[in-house]
Amino acid sequence: MSIIMARDEVYSGSVERIEVMGTEDEDDFPWIDEDEYRELYRKMMIARKFDEKAFSLQRRGEISTYAPHKGQEAAQVGAVFALAEDDWIVPSFRETAAFIMRGAPLDEIFRRWMGDANGQRDLSELNTLPVAVPVGTQNLHTAGLGMAMEKRDDDNAVLGFTGDGSTSQGDFHEALNFSGVFSGHTVFFVQNNQYAISMPIEDQTRSETIAQKAIAYGIDGIQVDGNDLLAVIKAVEEALEKARKGEPVLVEAITYRLEDHTTSDDSTRYRDEDEVEEWKEKDPIERFREYLKDHDIWDEEMKAFEEEAEEKVDEAAEKALDAEDPEFDELFDYVYDEMPELLQEEKEQLRKEVDE
Amino acid sequence: MTKSKINIVEAVNQALHDEMDEDEDVIAYGEDVGEDGGVFRATEGLQEDFGEDRCFSSPLAESGIAGTAIGMSLYDFRPVVEMQFSGFSYLAFYQIKEHASRMRIRSRGDYTVPLTVRAPYGGGISALEHHQESPETFFAHSQGLHVVIPSTPQDTYSLLRKSIQMDDPVVFLEPKKIYRAFKEEVDTEKEVDLEKARIVQEGEDVTLVAWGAMVPVAEDAADEIDADVEIIDLRTIYPADFDTIYESVEKTGKAMVLHEAPKSVGFGAEIATRIQENEILKMEAPVERVTAPDVPYPLYTLEDFYMPNKNKAVKGLERVLNF
Repeated sequence: MSIIMARDEVYSGSVERIEVMGTEDEDDFPWIDEDEYRELYRKMMIARKFDEKAFSLQRRGEISTYAPHKGQEAAQVGAVFALAEDDWIVPSFRETAAFIMRGAPLDEIFRRWMGDANGQRDLSELNTLPVAVPVGTQNLHTAGLGMAMEKRDDDNAVLGFTGDGSTSQGDFHEALNFSGVFSGHTVFFVQNNQYAISMPIEDQTRSETIAQKAIAYGIDGIQVDGNDLLAVIKAVEEALEKARKGEPVLVEAITYRLEDHTTSDDSTRYRDEDEVEEWKEKDPIERFREYLKDHDIWDEEMKAFEEEAEEKVDEAAEKALDAEDPEFDELFDYVYDEMPELLQEEKEQLRKEVDE
Repeated sequence: MTKSKINIVEAVNQALHDEMDEDEDVIAYGEDVGEDGGVFRATEGLQEDFGEDRCFSSPLAESGIAGTAIGMSLYDFRPVVEMQFSGFSYLAFYQIKEHASRMRIRSRGDYTVPLTVRAPYGGGISALEHHQESPETFFAHSQGLHVVIPSTPQDTYSLLRKSIQMDDPVVFLEPKKIYRAFKEEVDTEKEVDLEKARIVQEGEDVTLVAWGAMVPVAEDAADEIDADVEIIDLRTIYPADFDTIYESVEKTGKAMVLHEAPKSVGFGAEIATRIQENEILKMEAPVERVTAPDVPYPLYTLEDFYMPNKNKAVKGLERVLNF
């Protein structure tokens, strides 16, 4: 015998996906002008060349480990393009293209990858936090900044980068929850690049989308084709508009990590070459170039961007390689506002040992 | 008001109130911290006085509390957040240890985290499991933090205000067993040096180092024993004021550490080692440690066996004195 109990639906939600390129909207993309198209292409090209250069520097032993962003340029460059100067950025660790778009000097970005924290000493000028390595933990800083903006009654917002793997971390969920509860001016921008090192997204979560996780926290979630630069810009602009009013948004950008997780990884162990080839067909830079050609924006000057980017990147790498290593003192100097006596003693002792 | 008779938890409240009154960037939040005033009433009245924007209850998530407070610090707030019990602070440990403590060095001083994490700590109150822990060593081993533990209303008031004013992150552990143990007049103008230990009483025969709720236990033991005990209240666990300890043992030649945390790798081990490194020729006996044993804090029918108390402290003093 079965008992049928009366029940009503108390909640239902849905998630939309934004695409622009290849849809009828692509001809009607009114909110950026031709110069901006050029600049976006230029920055994506610089980011791509930076990636290649960093890779070769790693192979030469000049960088110990590098996390490539190849394939994710549209997601990062588009998201940062949508931000205003007084908005904030909280990066994870694969956001080199975002740093480039935000205007961080290339040689300084190289310096950090070369193991010198001085490469991220002036980021407050860009309202950008330093790289956060522990996956997902930075989402709480994003949430806190968004809460602070709401408390101060400011009308800016913060965009926090995070990845598909991080959405399994408790801090990710706490960050969404705090943002919802406190009306944070927050956009969580998840680059779903399909893999957390070797773990494919299908095994990371049973959710069909990452965007739908927002629904559980009472905030908006939206999915966007992360290799479609224009769609990313549109999605983030919409999200920012809400975030500035205290309505946090989770944006899931579907993209693909074309390279290994880091230079210490071998992705052929866990994914098929066919799959990688498929995604190479959707290379965000190629797609944007096709778009520019289709819309008669592409010209000789833009063609030269590639070579120009290579030169710029080479120059920056040389500058970073030539930079002096930090002084011994720096091991101690920035730990506390005022150095405690205990550290002073250790510093003096180590200085003697170093000098001997 | 400059002087009034208050207990330790009232001193916490008074310090928070006065700091919020003086600096509008100071905000206070945590579980039940707002309308309820916190489970120990440490934040009572703050929401009423300063509004919901500056004193509020947060969702039940310790990492969320600490992590968002880091974000708010980076936007020029000066958050004072509460971990309801220090035994739950481990959920926030990652944010405190790996982010709050590192933001300054990571950014070469560009970003600072002027965050104070308050937590009632310690045992002896017959509370539930996880409600009686003494986690100071974990935080002391997290480079870039200050770890402060007061033992009197005056110190609580002055050290908490100083902690909030500092541009570095501070873990402020409050000895909840003595939250309401006694009252004293607190001078709100008095400045206390955070980096300096307090000589509770001077003595010639043996140095007894303690902190938090073990300070009154040390005093009781010193009263009981027929010896001249110098008691040092460490106040700040890291960076600790070892110089005051060295000066004392140079005089006494004997030392004992008394703490609630388990013995192995407890902060007493650090103190004993430093004394050995710096004062071995002045020492007339091994440094004695009276601590909890290396077992998890028990449910409370067994807590009297677990906790260091006056009798155990007296026995320890006798061992070191009679060596």
